[in-house]
Amino acid sequence: MADKKIKIIVAKPGLDGHDRGAKLLSRIFAEAGMEVVYTGLRQTPEMIVEAALQEDADVVGLSSLSGVHSHFFPKVVELLKEKKLDDVLVVGGGIIPLEDIPELKKAGIAEIFGPGTPTPTIVDFITGNVRS
Amino acid sequence: MIDKKELEKVKKGRESWEEGTLGKTLSKRGERREVFTSISGTPIERLYTPESIKDLDYEKDLGFPGDYPYTRGVQPTMYRGRFWTMRQYAGFGSAKDTNARYRYLLEQGQTGLSVAFHLPTQAGYDSDHPLSMGEVGKVGAAIDSIEDMQILFDQIPLDKVTVSMTINAAATVLLAMYLSLAEEKGISPDKLGGTIQNDVLKEIICRGQYIYPPGPTMRLTTDLITYCQKNVPRWNSISVSGYHIRESGSTAAQEMAFTIADGIAYTQACIDKGMDVDSFAPRLSFFFNVFTNVCEEVAKFRAGRRYWAKVMKERFGAKDPRSMMMRYHVQTGGVTLTYQQVLNNIVRVGLQTYAAVAGGCQSLHTDSYDEALCLPTEGAVLVALRTQQMVAEESGACDTIDPFAGSYYVEALTDQIEAEIDGYIKKIDEMGGTLVAIDEGYIQKEIQNSSYQFQKEIESGDLAYVGVNKYIMEEPPATGLLKVDMALGDVEAEKLKKLRAERDNAAWQKALDNLREVSKTEENVMPAVIEAVKAKATVGEVCDVWRELFGEYRPKEFV
Amino acid sequence: MTIDYAGEVLQGSPRAVARVISWLENEDELARPCMESLYPHTGRAYVVGITGSPGTGKSTLTDKLTQHIRKKGLTVGIIAVDPSSPFTGGAVLGDRVRMSEIAQDPGVFIRSMATRGFLGGLSQAASKVVNVMDASGKDVILIETVGVGQDEVEVMRIADTTCLVMAPGLGDAIQSMKAGVMEIADIYVINKSDRQGADQLFVEVSHRVDQDVHIKGRNRNRSWIPSVVPTAAVNDIGITDVLDAILSHQDHLEQTGTLMEKRRERTRQQTLQMIHHEVFSLLRKHLSESGRMEQLVDAIMNHEQDPYSVVQQLLSEWIKVPEG
Repeated sequence: MADKKIKIIVAKPGLDGHDRGAKLLSRIFAEAGMEVVYTGLRQTPEMIVEAALQEDADVVGLSSLSGVHSHFFPKVVELLKEKKLDDVLVVGGGIIPLEDIPELKKAGIAEIFGPGTPTPTIVDFITGNVRS
Repeated sequence: MIDKKELEKVKKGRESWEEGTLGKTLSKRGERREVFTSISGTPIERLYTPESIKDLDYEKDLGFPGDYPYTRGVQPTMYRGRFWTMRQYAGFGSAKDTNARYRYLLEQGQTGLSVAFHLPTQAGYDSDHPLSMGEVGKVGAAIDSIEDMQILFDQIPLDKVTVSMTINAAATVLLAMYLSLAEEKGISPDKLGGTIQNDVLKEIICRGQYIYPPGPTMRLTTDLITYCQKNVPRWNSISVSGYHIRESGSTAAQEMAFTIADGIAYTQACIDKGMDVDSFAPRLSFFFNVFTNVCEEVAKFRAGRRYWAKVMKERFGAKDPRSMMMRYHVQTGGVTLTYQQVLNNIVRVGLQTYAAVAGGCQSLHTDSYDEALCLPTEGAVLVALRTQQMVAEESGACDTIDPFAGSYYVEALTDQIEAEIDGYIKKIDEMGGTLVAIDEGYIQKEIQNSSYQFQKEIESGDLAYVGVNKYIMEEPPATGLLKVDMALGDVEAEKLKKLRAERDNAAWQKALDNLREVSKTEENVMPAVIEAVKAKATVGEVCDVWRELFGEYRPKEFV
Repeated sequence: MTIDYAGEVLQGSPRAVARVISWLENEDELARPCMESLYPHTGRAYVVGITGSPGTGKSTLTDKLTQHIRKKGLTVGIIAVDPSSPFTGGAVLGDRVRMSEIAQDPGVFIRSMATRGFLGGLSQAASKVVNVMDASGKDVILIETVGVGQDEVEVMRIADTTCLVMAPGLGDAIQSMKAGVMEIADIYVINKSDRQGADQLFVEVSHRVDQDVHIKGRNRNRSWIPSVVPTAAVNDIGITDVLDAILSHQDHLEQTGTLMEKRRERTRQQTLQMIHHEVFSLLRKHLSESGRMEQLVDAIMNHEQDPYSVVQQLLSEWIKVPEG
């Protein structure tokens, strides 16, 4: 059997168009040997989950800079569960106040990476927690 | 500029210093790094001397403030005459919440207003649109109709305060509302002063708030510029922006170069529409970023002013001096703020403010220290405003014009950045112009590469960032952050229901039909948009007319 | 609870299709019994290959073409192939992002696929993925690749109709001729037809097509004269012409019996590749696990044995040619 690759969807839910971080991480994940599907801007939770389904993604990475994380992130987790994609690892990043993180984790987001998180930390977390 | 004999002396002196005084110290202890570069990657010399500016021609390269090529400033007295406009970008929640913040800021000495609209308005959706869910009031004020505009500017004298509006694809709609509001208040349009961003090219490059494809969007952009030229003469009908280009990872030179490229595209579009360059160019304005490396930023602004003046004179044949003046607003770099040890951000903003002022801006917004976490609290925005006031009153930067001129370092850097700008513009010209460069992804890829480079340097520790990769400490999580009520979405939806029920729907329909017809022709859309907003058409409703006609734009993403 | 993946695929379940494709990508043994069940249900879909250098607008074309195909009431499967980095092994799969309009359509299934370094070859892996989408009921399958590597060009042999997308200003024409990819194109799409140089490119390519017809004569396999179609995909211009050209080609293939020939040839190639892969994998596995491979290499290095005799020896041990 060939080497398995981690497949990750990188998405920006909502109307915000600041994609510097999302694009940077897409490149860095690819450098770490992952297969990255960058879904672009203006993604609804439905679009993100559909992509995760068709691509049989192991990980979904969500980026939010406009304060919409509490609204969108849990929705993505919810939809993944509905589609029986329970074992998909969901992580998030962007401008997210530390006080919102416990709620997000309770809703099923495995980890939140704030601005300035060294990218190797994110890569290590994913490779360490992805489904086998 | 400098005497050849003097230069020789300096050269010999430097060489002997390098061998002697410097050499001795270096042999005992090296410098902190092998190569020094600015945050933009610009290489920085150990020492700048007259040799560094040996070709500088004072008259040609610098000139005098208010005179071509405006390197030293666009106004003859600069801040000795009048300080820049202190204009804090603000908006969140409802129109009422934002109005309260505006009145607070004006009371505290702010001299101009800057409107932040929430993302649905910027994307051309009403607050009750399915795509607006979760976004209402989050990054700006929820403005759907002229009624919201009325609340937004309640008790604010529009004939005395200049207003800047950050809106691009839907600029015509919001300006139409503003003009109608002024009319209601009995203020004639020639008394109105302000700016509207109206720059969709940068949205396509790096900000994401586009609606229509480039062709129709340029039509709306130039219609607005033409309309203002005739009817609102004191209005800056576009603010060609580099702020966001820098935020998305570009270098200082790229920020200036790509903004100028956009400016060239807009100027050309207006000329193609039959306008004489001097009829509209005096009202083109710009919007830039400012980071913490003071000298690099000052050099960037001076290089930009000089280059733009040359572009307008040589490429477009402008004759009116005002067409050649690069007037601009500055905002301190949001991306430079850290959520670690937030109080450090006050110092960063302080340095950035000084750089913006020494660089000669016309208007300035300073970020609040808590903005790496959320929108600014009242206390934080007050410190940001006071920062501007302290630099104005206490630093001495305003007592003379272009204080850094003549510095061997800053003049050399100015030249260097100008050369880089020229390189990019030439490349873009070769490709067929800005629109082609954007379509092919050239500008986007350049920015992304710089962003990637920067990230690698931060992670390797090559670039030190206090609190992030150096001088790190454990901290308790921040409290007291600004939160926007999630229920606002429902409140705004209710408002819209009421508006739609109570307005004269026959007049509304007639106005929208008229707008549709006008939009199909080459006629200027503004009068029809004004009529529509007066009939209480909402942002979403007007934008939908155009969505139907022009289609929605999905640009190619370059990853 | 075990899932009957084959059954679900036949019912068109996207989740099952996605999972089976992953098995195929990972060259996972789990795929085999499933593929055995699915194979009888393949052969219905029409396969179109879309290839070209980077920057020619393939993804945009794929996106628009799909929309037009959908208007005819047909379902579409898309395989978007992007190169894996030979250094890191990772890949940025950036085609899906260009197809956002169709991504929400339940009649469209899009799968991004990295070239990886499949032990059995990219072409073989891709053709299996085609089989899965075919079995799940997709009427048309579009395979999009960057036509610069030999591998990616090989993938086009899976297609019934191959479109080569070109665009002005990319030094395109010459590159394609070198790569041999012009040999396999049934339709030339001159995209970005509104740009400078497009007319020139159109003329160049049409001329070359003419030349080919004369040089190769009117022999059976080349009796289809490739169409040259100008498009401006981003503005939805010329797409129906491309679709018409594809339908024309399909028609031609069916009329002349060439479609069956092509598919037969494809099946032959695929089967041979699979035999090759399986036999080789088996042999290699045995040789490395038993340590014999290293022993043989040592012997060859010491010139005690030569590789030619070694191979003959192994063949005589392993392969029994049936009598008659």
